[in-house]
Amino acid sequence: MKALVYTMKKTMYEKIWDNHLVVDEPGQAPLIYVDRHLMHEVTSPQAFEGLKLSGRKVRNPHSILATMDHCVPTKNRNLPIADPIAKKQIETMAENCRVNGLVLYDMTNPNNGVIHVVVPEHGFVHPGMVVVCGDSHTATHGAFGALAFGIGTSEVEHVMATQTLPQKKSKTMLVQIDGKLSKYSSAKDIALAIIGKIGTAGGTGYVIEYAGEAIRELSMEGRMTLCNMAIEAGARAGLVAPDEKTYEYLKGREFAPHGKNWDLALAYWKSLPSDEGAVFDSVIKLDAADIAPQVSWGTSPEQVVGVDSTVPAPGSFDDEIKRKACEGALAYMGLTPNTKITDIPIDLVFIGSCTNGRIEDFRIAAEVTKGTHVAKGVTAIAVPGSYHVKQQAEEEGLDKIFIDAGWEWRDPGCSMCLAMNGDELTKGQRSASTSNRNFEGRQGKGGRTHLVSPAMAAAAAVAGHFVDIRTL
Amino acid sequence: MEPYKKHESIAALMNRSNVDTDQIIPKQFLKKVERSGFGVHLFHDWRYNDDGTNNTEFELNKPAFKGAKILVAGDNFGCGSSREHAPWAIADYGFNTIISTSYADIFYNNCFKNGILAIKVTKDLLDKLMAEISASEGVRFVVDLENQQVITPAGNGFTFDIDPFRKGNLLSGLDDIGLTLKHVDKIDEYEKRHKQTFPWLWA
Repeated sequence: MKALVYTMKKTMYEKIWDNHLVVDEPGQAPLIYVDRHLMHEVTSPQAFEGLKLSGRKVRNPHSILATMDHCVPTKNRNLPIADPIAKKQIETMAENCRVNGLVLYDMTNPNNGVIHVVVPEHGFVHPGMVVVCGDSHTATHGAFGALAFGIGTSEVEHVMATQTLPQKKSKTMLVQIDGKLSKYSSAKDIALAIIGKIGTAGGTGYVIEYAGEAIRELSMEGRMTLCNMAIEAGARAGLVAPDEKTYEYLKGREFAPHGKNWDLALAYWKSLPSDEGAVFDSVIKLDAADIAPQVSWGTSPEQVVGVDSTVPAPGSFDDEIKRKACEGALAYMGLTPNTKITDIPIDLVFIGSCTNGRIEDFRIAAEVTKGTHVAKGVTAIAVPGSYHVKQQAEEEGLDKIFIDAGWEWRDPGCSMCLAMNGDELTKGQRSASTSNRNFEGRQGKGGRTHLVSPAMAAAAAVAGHFVDIRTL
Repeated sequence: MEPYKKHESIAALMNRSNVDTDQIIPKQFLKKVERSGFGVHLFHDWRYNDDGTNNTEFELNKPAFKGAKILVAGDNFGCGSSREHAPWAIADYGFNTIISTSYADIFYNNCFKNGILAIKVTKDLLDKLMAEISASEGVRFVVDLENQQVITPAGNGFTFDIDPFRKGNLLSGLDDIGLTLKHVDKIDEYEKRHKQTFPWLWA
């Protein structure tokens, strides 16, 4: 019996799960331990209120890192926030963090930025951790081989009070991407291509592990982009096994282990990757070489095609629900079937967000932008994911490239990804956006969003319509 | 949380798939620091015209669905963000039951924390329920959580599966945190081991 247990092959998810089980008794949901809890201003106030009303305290204040990102202005930060309700939410966050002794990177802090950009910058998440945040894009941190997932506000309160969460064990899905990406296809295109293949509910009930040559080749930033959108495939979380790139990225960062602890941690991290021969409940395979730069055409991230393709016709879907969804999306998006993607004109370009607001994203966009100018009638805004990204970009002179080309160079925040802070599309306006959701009204009521990579967004800004970046 | 009781209520129909949380409660209403008062904003962009009047084309504005407690909707309901404002808005509007083939994970969890029973049915059964509502708008279904049963006038009744833990919490209206804190000794023990095994997390 002992030998049997000893030889059992485990996936990385199962290893992390087993290491975090606090209570597993029949008749109730397993209770798992939470190592890190990330916070922002939108999904936390009601949790703090609940905690206070029930007379409970934050169990482990050191496990929490908080920022302000959703409601913050990305320009004229020196002025008071104009929206009184947003202002109150920001003030409430500051007060809650003060009272409970939590680390907060507020709007004026040089570490401020979008939570999922800031957290890795400081080495706050490590391989093998369980990480939660009242935000679905918490999946980002799976890039480090951490089990990271979004939770609701009641669960935020639960974690603050108990450091645990009742959880149902997920099924496991292996997404294997072999081969090499072409030069201008990126992690974003892999993410969109996967969602195009399996749908926005394709990953429901699963934790996805991304593997294969193309994933190994991705930088840490690229892996964050990929895992970030695991939620758009419906998955609980996305994971990439840690490797030398992961360790190299973490080493020396503020909250990374130091000295003797580094060696202890490293030995543990190296034990995490899925065992050879471990069995996944589902396996999906794609060849990286087949992944063209992607452009979403509809109002769900699964409504996506390669840039060299055309807007589909409702009749091209066999499934009645998909056909109906296509009709609705085309009406909302103001698109005609069979239009070439490269013939779709755009009004606004947004580069930023927790999906594509990191230094590498601005580097590739600047490479495309250098020596060009934004097309007539197009507004282009670049919103770094954090002040550190902004500073790094400025040290490399990227800000000048954007500004010279007619772009706006902003302060960090979620900005137009969800348009809570006043940066938004007007009715009928069409964007090329590096964010993660193209839902109706996501970027402003009546606004039309096309999801793309940073390189594709930059190219669209110059041309005023989508272009196949590979042909430039 | 109010305990979930057996009830007979109007079942409203929303024949759309992938209804996302941005539609359920658009982002401009996420700035409040309270839990209450979101019902009036439920499905805001679909429900109201630009001038603030009711959009009569929107299904939930049909007089026959007024007062409905049951929402019958298409696949993958509640996809998108983790915002608990979505179930807060749904509950505040008056719904306490959703019937669909599937839900996004986080939304599904959030429902049960707010007294909303989210029932999963097969595609075939959903089609029948939708047809029944379409044929007689305003029809009332009986939902009996205790016996995991839904009864409909046209005989499309069914029994459904539900996690016993979630069921128990809904029926009792008990606070999840209180239940977890019954295990506080085990959490303490785990944490002690955690500090020994992963000392770098506590440095």
